[in-house]
Amino acid sequence: MMEAKTEDTVLDVRNLQTVFFTNSGLFRAVDDVSFSVRRGETLAIVGESGCGKSVTALSVMRLVPDPPGRVVGGSVTLEGTDLLSLDEAEMRDIRGNRISMIFQEPMTSLNPVMRIGDQITEVLRLHQEMTAKEAWAKAVEMLRLVRIPEPQRRAHEYPHQLSGGMRQRAMIAMALACRPALLIADEPTTALDVTIQAQILALIVDLQKTLGTGLILITHDLGVVAQTAQRVIVMYAGKKVEEATVEDLFANPKHPYTRGLMASMPAVISFGAKTDARLNEIPGMVPSLTNLPPGCAFAPRCRLAIDRCRAEYPPLQEVDAHHLAACWRATELQGAP
Amino acid sequence: MNDQRPLLEVTDLVKHYAVRGGILRRRVGTVHAVDGVSFSVGKGETLGLVGESGCGKSTVARSVLRLVEPASGAIKLNGIDITGLSKAEMRPHRRSMQIVFQDPFASLNPRMTAGDIVGEPLGVHGIATGRAQQQRVAELFAQVGLRPDQMKNYPHQFSGGQRQRICIARALSLGPSLIVCDEPVSALDVSIQAQVINLLIDLQRKNHFSYLFIAHDLAVVAHISHRVAVMYLGRIVEIADKTELFANPRHPYTQALLASVPIADPKAKRLAPMVDGDVPSPINPPSGCAFHTRCRYAMDRCKVERPALVEAGEGHQVACWLNDGTGRPQENP
Repeated sequence: MMEAKTEDTVLDVRNLQTVFFTNSGLFRAVDDVSFSVRRGETLAIVGESGCGKSVTALSVMRLVPDPPGRVVGGSVTLEGTDLLSLDEAEMRDIRGNRISMIFQEPMTSLNPVMRIGDQITEVLRLHQEMTAKEAWAKAVEMLRLVRIPEPQRRAHEYPHQLSGGMRQRAMIAMALACRPALLIADEPTTALDVTIQAQILALIVDLQKTLGTGLILITHDLGVVAQTAQRVIVMYAGKKVEEATVEDLFANPKHPYTRGLMASMPAVISFGAKTDARLNEIPGMVPSLTNLPPGCAFAPRCRLAIDRCRAEYPPLQEVDAHHLAACWRATELQGAP
Repeated sequence: MNDQRPLLEVTDLVKHYAVRGGILRRRVGTVHAVDGVSFSVGKGETLGLVGESGCGKSTVARSVLRLVEPASGAIKLNGIDITGLSKAEMRPHRRSMQIVFQDPFASLNPRMTAGDIVGEPLGVHGIATGRAQQQRVAELFAQVGLRPDQMKNYPHQFSGGQRQRICIARALSLGPSLIVCDEPVSALDVSIQAQVINLLIDLQRKNHFSYLFIAHDLAVVAHISHRVAVMYLGRIVEIADKTELFANPRHPYTQALLASVPIADPKAKRLAPMVDGDVPSPINPPSGCAFHTRCRYAMDRCKVERPALVEAGEGHQVACWLNDGTGRPQENP
């Protein structure tokens, strides 16, 4: 496989399988997904709703709601510890300490009746031996680190007194308070306005560089990916369909789904260059996970599909150096439009 | 495109909302949602309205349709001022303006079939009933890329993109001359977004109606619009032809907005936010130019005097004091 485990590897996920048991049957939300993240590296996981990107993150955090979901296979190794073998108490020591997560909507993940400073203090005192006073000072320092103006005053405020961008900054301060080895950001800027999004993304990338944190960035926005990530995984219907460095992925996408995604975005780079030209659309819609077609899940929407695609699932193959794709035709279509 | 009389003319539109507080629900403040907005939309033209949350773009959309009552200002549709019309007088005009909302999950009645949803306006306006209505609905379904046999299905049986198609079919049913689209693709996945944008463009080419297209996604607005207006805290700060606006943005806010959009090209890494801070509250908007608190070029004059939207080139209007109101920063400041 592409990434050999090295000294630098913070997180290593092998053949992860997460399934949900529902009334309409069993579905594989995450199906045989492997990846790793190094210190200070940003890995982006891209895909549309229902592709399994968020469930992958929740599986790593051991936060998949059980029932109906369960991690049924694979391994998740964080700094040499197999997270899937830990009991709940051991896992609680790791969450918020060695591995943290920030979500799309900061209002629902902050406690509305606790002051911002107290919420950060709580994390610090849970995981580190600190007096209340030391922890409060550290909380204020974290708020300053995420560039919240007047951190002493803001620490005394409640979440509803902060704007959306400020709340996301507070979330980041809380997530990074214990200097985790890995930060998972699940659509961290999707709920924010574009000028605020630019501020928050710049902040996350900046802090990650300073602190050397590994970062998993989950997003549907290819623009965000291009601006922040070093490596990218594209997911479709629970499976990893492509993995590459960000440069390779954008210069030479191999999987027809990745190509389709890129072509269907209105091009920002040619702002206003063309007048109401049609976008390239991917026909059809994302298949339901309870009713996946045999063979490649993308085949029914793929213009390049051949009989083999409809019968057999294509394995992930190294199509180019460090560039994996799961497509029967990836090699023969090299360089084709 | 703009040689004849415009289809829609909005002049000095103002809408304030009261903020009430305390036990007596007394008025404690005013949200200046829309604060003197003027623009026009030509026949067959798409005007894009962009801005961040709370800038008043949705209030403009709803005021144009008189779904909210503006405090002052005039809205002319085909030269007729519809601001003072009574509900009954409004009715014939409602046929010519329709709206498509952001959330196709909330805007469809879950207990009606898709066919009934699309056919309802035909019945209400007495255009077609019974078999004729069924036939018209089937045609509309085909136009928006749905199968006529899906008419008997309920909204929950459709995907997000298909539901938005139902909303579009319903908007089309009365043959409107103006369709207001309020963030019509924001709730959809990227691959589905492209399908709906293409559908909207195709329908306009065929039917020649106008769109007032509201969105926060600049790429989407850039793609579908002919002209674009940029709003900030209840006011239009810049309005121009699409190509002109994106090639030559004059207002510092437009420039910041464009610079903030992440470009899907790793070689163009440029995560440098152009503006600091948050959008101020529209309850007590800053004096003068509302953008002066975040503007890198702000001068003393910007803090006290509000710049008017003035001509700064052909069809290019901007509200900024820079360089005698042309919005252009000086070459050597």
